[in-house]
Amino acid sequence: MAALPIAVKDVSRFEQNLDRAVEEVFSTMMGVSCAPAEGGAGSGSEHGTISAVVGLAGAISGSLVLHSGSDAAMRIAERMMGVAPEGVDAMVRDAMGEVCNMVAGAWKGADPELTSACLLSTPTVVAGSSYELFSQRAPIRIERGYQFEDGVLSITLFCECGK
Amino acid sequence: MSDMTVLIVDDSSVMRKIVERALRQAGLNLTRVIEAGNGREGLEVLGRERVQLIVSDINMPNMDGLEFLRQLQSQDLAKGAPVVMITTESGEEHVREALTAGAQGYIRKPFTPDQVRDRVLPLLASV
Repeated sequence: MAALPIAVKDVSRFEQNLDRAVEEVFSTMMGVSCAPAEGGAGSGSEHGTISAVVGLAGAISGSLVLHSGSDAAMRIAERMMGVAPEGVDAMVRDAMGEVCNMVAGAWKGADPELTSACLLSTPTVVAGSSYELFSQRAPIRIERGYQFEDGVLSITLFCECGK
Repeated sequence: MSDMTVLIVDDSSVMRKIVERALRQAGLNLTRVIEAGNGREGLEVLGRERVQLIVSDINMPNMDGLEFLRQLQSQDLAKGAPVVMITTESGEEHVREALTAGAQGYIRKPFTPDQVRDRVLPLLASV
């Protein structure tokens, strides 16, 4: 796969496509709207957080990280499954991984240069109260905050030109 | 729609349940739903169970959906069962690769129950 040179205008396009992808996934799979939050990125003041990560490889490489507090993650799982979880259990982790996967797929699917030229990994999910995720070499970092109902979440896209 | 057994192959248990729900909403009378977490598990199921419909993800650990499709061709108990891929991969190449490998239908995630109905029911009508 050929590497995709990333220009400043691409960053703006990536952001717009990310917003559309998030709205598409939430409205289609959960029946709720999810729009950029006025306060920007952040996962609220909830204790305990959960992050889902999908790797990108090919024309660009990097990762897309979906991050939220426990309450928002449980609400996402409830909206998807129609059953309220009692805590951050396997269903909640699985739901977060799938949402991250679908957002990543919808995001790259909206970009003709990436649709077939960028591959996605299976999602990895991390949950806990004290952890940080780092991407060591990603010249582009896009972080967006979103709100659905009264829940908030953030999505961070780390990427660079593929090798 | 007559009674049927369906095999749903996806590494996400949440997605397997959502697909099952969408198939039921489409009007399918699923007498039995068999779940598998990857292609290898799916092949194991098809070594002992006859199914009338197979719905599979592509991007899975251990054995992905495309390899599952290729190996599926030699499974007698899967003969005649339409295979529908449901996946986040929507590029033309992915679709072509899946159809070449033996899939009869392709649905992109995220999907609505209506999309599942529209893609799956015509395949079953021709079985």
